[in-house]
Amino acid sequence: MIDNQHILESLSGKFSSEILQQEVLYGILTVTVSPAVLHDTIQFLKETERLEFEFLTDLCGIHYPDQEDPFGVVYLMYNMRENTRVRIKTFLPKENPSIPTVTDLFSAANWMERETYDFYGVNFMGHPNLIRILNVEYLDYFPLRKEYPLEDPTREDKDNRFFGREASV
Amino acid sequence: MKNDVHQPMPPAEVETPVYSTLNLGPTHPATHGIFQNVLKMDGEIVIDAEQTIGYIHRAFEKLAEHRPYYQITPLTDRLNYCSSPINNLGWMMTVEKLFGIEMPKRVDYMRIILMELARITDHLICNSVIGVDSGALTGFVYVFQEREKIYEIYEEVSGARLTTNMGRIGGFERDLSPKAIKKIRELLDHLPKVLREFEKLLKRNRIFMDRTIGVGPITAERALNYGFTGPNLRAAGVDYDVRVAQPYSSYGDFDFEIPIGTHGDTYDRFCVRQEELWQSLKIVRNALDNLPEGPYHADVPEIYLPPKEDVYSKMESLIWHFKIVMGEVNPPVGEVYHAVEGGNGELGFYLVSDGGRTPYRLHFRRPGFIYYQAYPEMIRGGVLSDAILTMSSMNVIAGELDA
Repeated sequence: MIDNQHILESLSGKFSSEILQQEVLYGILTVTVSPAVLHDTIQFLKETERLEFEFLTDLCGIHYPDQEDPFGVVYLMYNMRENTRVRIKTFLPKENPSIPTVTDLFSAANWMERETYDFYGVNFMGHPNLIRILNVEYLDYFPLRKEYPLEDPTREDKDNRFFGREASV
Repeated sequence: MKNDVHQPMPPAEVETPVYSTLNLGPTHPATHGIFQNVLKMDGEIVIDAEQTIGYIHRAFEKLAEHRPYYQITPLTDRLNYCSSPINNLGWMMTVEKLFGIEMPKRVDYMRIILMELARITDHLICNSVIGVDSGALTGFVYVFQEREKIYEIYEEVSGARLTTNMGRIGGFERDLSPKAIKKIRELLDHLPKVLREFEKLLKRNRIFMDRTIGVGPITAERALNYGFTGPNLRAAGVDYDVRVAQPYSSYGDFDFEIPIGTHGDTYDRFCVRQEELWQSLKIVRNALDNLPEGPYHADVPEIYLPPKEDVYSKMESLIWHFKIVMGEVNPPVGEVYHAVEGGNGELGFYLVSDGGRTPYRLHFRRPGFIYYQAYPEMIRGGVLSDAILTMSSMNVIAGELDA
């Protein structure tokens, strides 16, 4: 049985200086690492004995515009035999957010990284085919960034004052 | 001195293969949804495939950042629309996990009944469509009659049929009516007969077996690497089921089996789903027989929308209604991941709350989106008609794929 303590000790033994934050959120150990060691961390978790997180459950982006490094990428890994999850996060700078791809470790990451690129503009270096996946290719913005409004602000057919709102956000 | 003997031989005439391009989809009657595949064909053999998705992308993750929690339930309907109640209830459980709310046993059991009925509809559609795509329309007609009856049960419970918006955060809006229980009992009596008939048509049918055995196989190792979950992973031989691995909603109270296959081909996927139908029926029967007495919702006024008649007649209910609708209730700050076993795999909700009225970030882990990536690898080297069968046996739902 591996517990959060064991995962954390293994990780800090290997990447002690690169672990920026660690917490347990609703039972899942969440470790924030610097982007420089992200690929090594994922590989370490996947290939080290007695960790063996061989299943990439989820990969998605998140945007905190007020942070110094606003773009987050969140990896949720799963050890099927031990029934344990671990979440790895990393934060990228505003200008040209880039991170190595993990498609060499997990084929599943291919589309999830493309989706993250499509929504947030995170550049996954080394990805075999980093193009938009859900939106049209000629889109010139990244729609899930917080500064992008949900509704088109230039719309004239819908006056927000009639809905008790100042402007559409 | 010239030595003509050592002149190199002229190159033999090799026939360079001529590949043709075939555009399968986006709207092709055999793909059951909007999927585009640009196939590279050598005669009838598929050499490679390139997928294009996103035709019905509706930006649910962006929308969810602007909707209060109770308004996100209808968005989840439209993910895997063949089993909407699982999506609805999975989302509600995510919010309840964020708030740290325990459900009464009766709610858990009611949820299990509805989720297993949804799984039955999902598997019925998928398996009967495999039949249709291999040329057997009859089974499809048999089981769609039963699917209709399950939709009538949904109607009795929630008022809607396809996009159910079932229940509420914190429980259900009303108890299971006697009529709904009667309909479920009738279904439990009748469905096994239809299922047996359906199995008799296909399971040991020589033509069906020839068409499906060894078609679109994937090994357990590749399936895990591709992030497969649900019946597709179990058909490859890995007994991972969220209901057992991380039991939610009192699934731990029930005794059921996880069928697994060996080859991960279309026939195995068919058989795994078929066996899961029987297990789901068993769970529904058990849950209905042991349905505990008690309230049909948790006592959580800060998140459970009060009944409308109370809103009109009771001051407290009116206040809570107002607070919930106007977003005066502050959810805890935190990040929660909750997974349920959807009709086609692990449906996960990654919810980040900053304490505001709406989620700060909501990400749907859609099983179909993740495992559909493996499709080109699975159809390579097969014939075109097998590619169609492989797709229907993977149970990819366009709504979920494109979110």
